[in-house]
Formats: sequence, structure tokens, C-alpha cells
Amino acid sequence: MSAESHEGVHRHPAPTGFIRKYIFSVDHKVIGIQYIMLALAAVAVGMTMSLLMRLNLSWPGTHWPILETLFPTGAPGGIMTPEFYLSLVTMHGTIMVFFVLTTAPQGGFGNYFLPIQIGAEDMAFPVLNMMSFWVTLVGFIVILLAIFVEGNQHLGEIFAGLGPSFAGGSGTVGPIGGWTGYAPLSALGKIAGPGQGAGMNLWVISIAIFCVGSLLGALNFITTLLNMRTKGMSLMRMPLTCWAWFTTAVLALLSFPVLLGGGILLLLDRIAGTSFFIPSGLYVSGLLSGTNPNFPLHTGGSPILWQHLFWFFGHPEVYIAILPGMGATSHILATFARKPVFGYRAMVFAIFAIGLLGFFVWGHHMFISGMSPYSAIAFSVLTLSIGVPSAVKTFNWLGTLWGARIRFTTAMLFALGFVSLFVAGGITGLILGQSSLDLAMHDTYIVTAHFHLVMGVASIFGMFAALYFWFPKMFGRLMNETIGKIHFWITFVGVYAIFVPMHIMGIVGMPRRYSSFAEYRFLDTLHPLVVLVSVAAVITIFAQVLFYFNVFWSIFKGKKAGDNPWEATTLEWTTATPPPHDNFAGVLPVVYHGPYEFAVPGAPNDYVMQTDVGAEVPSGNGHNGHKH
Amino acid sequence: MGRVLAVIIWILTLLSVLLFVSGKWWFPAPISEHAPALDRQFFITIVVVGIAFTAAQVGLGWMVWKYRDTGSAAGDRAVYSHGSNRLEVIWTVITAVIFIGLGVMGQSVWANLRLHDAPPGSYTVEVVAQQFQWNFHYSGKDGKFGRTDPKFIDDGTLNFVGLDATDPSAVDDPVTSSLAIPVNRPVELRLRSKDVIHNFWVPQLRFKQDLVPGMEIKVHFTANKVGKYELACAELCGQLHFKMRSFMLVLPEDEIQQLQAMPQEQFQARMKELLDKYPLPTYQ
Repeated sequence: MSAESHEGVHRHPAPTGFIRKYIFSVDHKVIGIQYIMLALAAVAVGMTMSLLMRLNLSWPGTHWPILETLFPTGAPGGIMTPEFYLSLVTMHGTIMVFFVLTTAPQGGFGNYFLPIQIGAEDMAFPVLNMMSFWVTLVGFIVILLAIFVEGNQHLGEIFAGLGPSFAGGSGTVGPIGGWTGYAPLSALGKIAGPGQGAGMNLWVISIAIFCVGSLLGALNFITTLLNMRTKGMSLMRMPLTCWAWFTTAVLALLSFPVLLGGGILLLLDRIAGTSFFIPSGLYVSGLLSGTNPNFPLHTGGSPILWQHLFWFFGHPEVYIAILPGMGATSHILATFARKPVFGYRAMVFAIFAIGLLGFFVWGHHMFISGMSPYSAIAFSVLTLSIGVPSAVKTFNWLGTLWGARIRFTTAMLFALGFVSLFVAGGITGLILGQSSLDLAMHDTYIVTAHFHLVMGVASIFGMFAALYFWFPKMFGRLMNETIGKIHFWITFVGVYAIFVPMHIMGIVGMPRRYSSFAEYRFLDTLHPLVVLVSVAAVITIFAQVLFYFNVFWSIFKGKKAGDNPWEATTLEWTTATPPPHDNFAGVLPVVYHGPYEFAVPGAPNDYVMQTDVGAEVPSGNGHNGHKH
Repeated sequence: MGRVLAVIIWILTLLSVLLFVSGKWWFPAPISEHAPALDRQFFITIVVVGIAFTAAQVGLGWMVWKYRDTGSAAGDRAVYSHGSNRLEVIWTVITAVIFIGLGVMGQSVWANLRLHDAPPGSYTVEVVAQQFQWNFHYSGKDGKFGRTDPKFIDDGTLNFVGLDATDPSAVDDPVTSSLAIPVNRPVELRLRSKDVIHNFWVPQLRFKQDLVPGMEIKVHFTANKVGKYELACAELCGQLHFKMRSFMLVLPEDEIQQLQAMPQEQFQARMKELLDKYPLPTYQ
């Protein structure tokens, strides 16, 4: 036992039963893997939805027999209806943002590796940790029900028992509102058309449940990192991954409560007749508010209030999705560049700056919403200033590669891909962040292209890199490098082919969330690009089968890994593979060095582990000295 | 592997840049007074974006080409460096100046368009959106908008905007499903919605504005090219969002004056003729 024993932590012996060990486990490592598995399931669903959307946009009116079987009301005769398409838009966004981009990077990898990287035996609150996963899983089940409740007679009948607003049968397949669920469309209920009935209730409930799960997780991360670092693990000796997870947790702690509150108000508007987001005098589907039992009186609400609440959460959420990817990329780049991270301190400050500024820019989603044009100017200039710490990170990644001896593992390829995609996606923020240009660009495909590249694909590349990198530690076996590299090449080229042409569509003026472009002549010229994007999407999506095969094949059949297959420096590589229940077999490590001591002159190896006693490290401790 | 990755990054960069400079797809030709300034700001921004994108990708490719581990000599190690404070300061300051400078420059179009009221003498139209349909309410011969109230709205009798029949100034107010505005004269639109949020979007005008139920939002602009243009809804409003299309006619002043004096039926008939008369712009 380390002298710095943490009295606050209750040590438990390793569980023996299968259920306590693998199902209702309080071990942060098992919970981390559970989160990753949840994300793998969710991303498969979300990706299938994007496949269907691309098929509909490029080859409209095509008969898809499987859809007829699954969604007899959403796709009668196997042909997708507009409402089916819009519910795909909504569910794709919701599932990807919440159940993929918020679960895997933080709940998954953060859960598994944050305690190990700081030299702790577990999270500060293991039971809370278990609850956060199970609450999140319940949220996922509810969102899946939201897809089917209205398209399925049997489920619809069961849910009708919850009350009239839950009765299904509007003939669609899920809620319609986009992942942003703008009120009053999302607040009015069935009267506002297909996709506004029981499925929308479940959508709101699912998000509220998710918020609770994320809050529990965030509390745990913050407490663990601040209180449970092992001897010698000063803050500035932490790997950049830990800084990223910590900042992400702070963002989650401050932003999810706002969404939770907003979600509850929205649900009250929907089922309890309140008017938080519904103004007076609405006339919907031929009925005036208050003149008919199907449309009770609403008065005094503000639709824009929902947007403020949503985006106060929604913009930090973007950074919740990508900060862990930045951390993993820094970590992996240094490891395979065989070089210390360039400008460690600047990287830490940049993470902080991004997190802090991320709370003051939500209004850039609302330039044309009708809010004050003066506030738009403030939001716009603040938004552009977020580009500065983002650029600083990019410069430092390139600086890390300068003078390196790069080893091109699959993990490294994905980390390099992250840098490329982060630049490609992030740089167009300079366009969209300007209120003037947003007048033309708002809600077109350039927005879709921008956020998919930067918060979607770049984040996912960060997670791919993380999984290929940490897989041997988690499962004791390496993933197959040949399949991994094929997976990388197709995916890297594929995402460029999908998302770069979307920028052009946006410049021409193609609106998002259209199930068909047939009504508009000014969009006709874009047809070749629409088809190109769909073909690239189909190829890229099918290439992910290689990834899934690689994961599950390698768990059982992969090449056995040693304790430190990558010759890396941080604490997770000092312990056994896979790590024992208490991470360090009863002896907490003591840290003597900064996290990225590669290529230290005079050291016997080209890497000095954080626990190496006696090694001479010139600048040490991640200080920002200019030494070669 | 490093060289392959470098070449692929460079090819992707080249193809991406080519797609933008090809000129095959770009904004539709502008028809509003503020549009050239917006297009110019867009052009300046995208040049900065293009240079930064290309520089970063070329640099990344160069790094992975040059600093791949060739395994040539045992004991050959990477450069040991923890960074350079001077470089950090230099690139932070340079990017801050460029990015924030762009942001400040980018406010002028916005400020001119949104921080002022419409100039006196503007031609005013009330726009009332509803699920999947646009309604345009004109002041009619008397130049005064009749009173409207949601309680008078009745889609069944085609009183889409809720005109109060007891108000004398309402009697001559035409309401149509297409928008007609004068050329070379400031136009003020008063935007409202009956049900959910919609968005007014004519690509050639280069602006969007949400129509928010419970609010009246005023926007103004000056169109400077006669013709017929497509008008789209750009905020998800439900099932048939993609079909919520209308047309905007930009007409010579005398044509607008004649229309303005016509009662409802004549106005509608004349709008139909004009919609047939003007073709849509040809898109390449």
C-alpha cells in the first residue's frame, strides 16, 4: 500500500460471481468497456440511419423490402415517406451525439484509463459509476423505443396506457424535430403532425435520463482526478488525456443540468398543459389554441427560450465530444512520434481556453433566430476567438511531429487522421461563426459538413485511435494491424469524399433536413454531388464492418500483448495486461517524471516511464523549456 | 507508410481545393444590395480558410514524410524538445489577429442590415408562415394594413392571416401565396408564424430569418434585379418542410403600384400571370 492511502475510498475485494464481475460491476474498467460496447451498438444504429438517409436522397422512391417489414407505416410498400426520413434525421443526430460521442470518449475510455493514468485504484464513487452506466443504458433503451412506438401497433397500445399523449399511431416511425428539438414544433404534441406524438415524449424522457447519467459520471471524474492522484502525480505531470477528461467533466457538470431542466419543461408543455415554450394565439392544423379539447389553451411561452437552454448545453456538448479525442490524439502522437508533446503547458491552457470560451458562444447557433442583433455581434467575435486555442493545439501537434521518429501503427494513423480532419472541419468555423456569412450559410449543408467533420468524424477518429492504442491493455490482445490499416485508408479517404462536397452544396444553398430536393430548381445542378456523397457514404459505412470484425475477432484471437507493447511511458503501461481488479496489485505506483519523456538524451531506452527511478531527465515534468 | 500517408493527404487537399476553385458550383447570382458585400466577405474568409487548410495539411504531410522512423541506425532518436515558448506566443498572436480580425470585419454586413430600421418609404409586406404554406399580406389600395387577430384565422374560408372583416382598412388587403416586391426600393418584411418556427430563405437575397410564433420580426433589404426567384423554408417545420416552397417576384415599380391598387381577386389573377411571365433564373 502506498503511504498516501486514500481514506475516502472503500476498498473492495475482487468480485467472483459472473454478474458482479461483468454485469453489475463497480470496477471502472468493466464499466468503461460497457460504455464502449454501448457506443459500438449505438453507432451501428446511427450509421445505418445515415445509410438509409443517403439512399433516400440519391435514389428517391426506391423500394426497400426490409423497410416495409420493419416499418410498415413509415415506409409503406418499402418506399420511405418524408416523415420517415425526418425521423431518421432526428434519431441519427440524437443517438450519435448523446449515445456515441458522449459515451465512448468520456464514459468509455475516460472511465477505464483516467484512474489508472493517475495511479488510483478505482473511481472515487464506484457505485455511482455503475449507476451512471445503467442510467445511460436505460436512456438508450427509451430512445430505441421512441423509434418504434409510433410505427408499431403493439408497442403503441402498451404505451397508450401511460396517458392520452402517449397513444401512438400517427403513422410514422419516430420523433421529428432534429436532434435540437426546436419548440414549439416539439412542444405541441400530435396536433403538429406526424412524429410529434408518443415518440417525441420518449425522446424528451430519454434525453433527460441521459443527462442524469452524465451528471453522475461528471461528479465522479472531477472528484477522482482532484483527490486520488498517486504520489508524485502533480497536475502538470498528468497525461493530456486526463486534462481533457477532467475539462470535459467540468463542461458536462455545468451544461447537462441546463438541458435536464429544459427537457423537463418541454415535457411539461407536452403532457401537463404548461406553456414554457408555447406562445399565445397559435393556430395549428386548423385549430386555434384553446378552442378545442385536442389543442388546449397555451399562453405566454417563448420558443426562443428553448433554443437558449438547448444551446447553452449544446455548444459545450460539442467540446464534450471532441476534447477527449484531442487528449487521446496528443497522447498517441507523442508515443508513436517517440517525442515529448510539444508545448505541454500550452496544450493544457488551450484545453482550458476552449472549455471556458465554449460557454460563451452558444448564440452563434441563433444568429437568425430573432434574438437581439447586438448580442449576435458579441457571440460572433467570441466564436472566432475560439479558433485561437484550436489553432494552438494544431501547431503543437505539428510541433510534436517535427524531428520525430514516427512509427505508423494503426492507432497513429488514426491520430494523424484526427489532426487532418480537425483542421478540415474546424477551419470552416471561421465562416460559420461570422454573423454576416451565417445569413447565407445558416441551416445549409455547409453546417452539416462542418460539424460532421469536426465533432463527428474527428471525434470518432480520436476514438478509433484510442481503441487501437489501448485495446491490448484492455483485452490482453492486439487488434489486427493489417485489417486496421485497410480500415483506416478507406475511412480516411471516404470521409473526405463525403463531407468536402457538402460544403459546396451549402454554398449553393442546399437546406438541411430536406427529405427531397425535387421541389427546387436551384438545387438541380447539385445532383451529381449528391450521388457522389451517397456512393462514398455507402462504401465508407460498409468498410466499418472490417472494424467490427477486427474488434470482436481480436478479443478472442488477437496476438497476445505484453504489458507495454507500444513502449509507452504512462502509468497504464506499468501494470499488468489486463490490469488487476485494483489496477496495481496492491502497490500504488510512485511518479517521478512527466508523462511524455521520449528520446531523453543519455537514457538507456528512447522512453522513460513515469515510474522509472533514477533516470536523468533534463527538463522534466512537462515544463515548457526550449531544449534540444 | 509515412510517404503513402503524406501523398494521400496532399491529394485529398488538392482535390478539396480544386472542388472549391472549379467554379462549377457557387452561390446563385446575387440580387440584393447587400449581397456583393457579403459575397466579398465570404471570398476573403474562404481565401484565409483555404490558405490555412492547405498550409496545415501540406505541413502535416511533410512531417509524416520527413520524420517517419526509417529504422536506419540503432540508437537514432527523435529530437528531445518540450516546445518553445517563443513559438507559442508567435502563433497565438498571429492567429488571434487574423481570426478575430476576420470576425470584426464580418460584422459590417450584419450591422448594416440588422442594426437599423428600414428606411422611410420602404415597401412593407406582412409575411405569415404556417405549416407548409407561405401567406403574404399586402396593405392594399389604402396603404394601411388591416387589423389581424389569430381568432379570425380560418383556413377553411381562406382567411389565412386572420383579417378582421369589421376593420375598414382590412377590406382592400390582398393576401397571396407568392411574394411581390418592387425593384430598387427598400423592402420591409414583417415576419410572423401561426404555428411553429419557419425560415424565410431566398438564396439570391443572401439572408435568412426565422419566423417565430409569438413574435413579429422585421427585416429589410433592397432587391436590385427584376425576376422570379425560389423561396424556401429553411427551418425544420414538420412533415412537408421540404415542400414549403413559394416564389418571390421582384417587379418594376409601376407594376407594383398597379398590383397594390387591385382588389383580392384581380391581384391574385395578375400574380398568376406574372409568375408565368417571368422564368426562373437559369442555373448552370
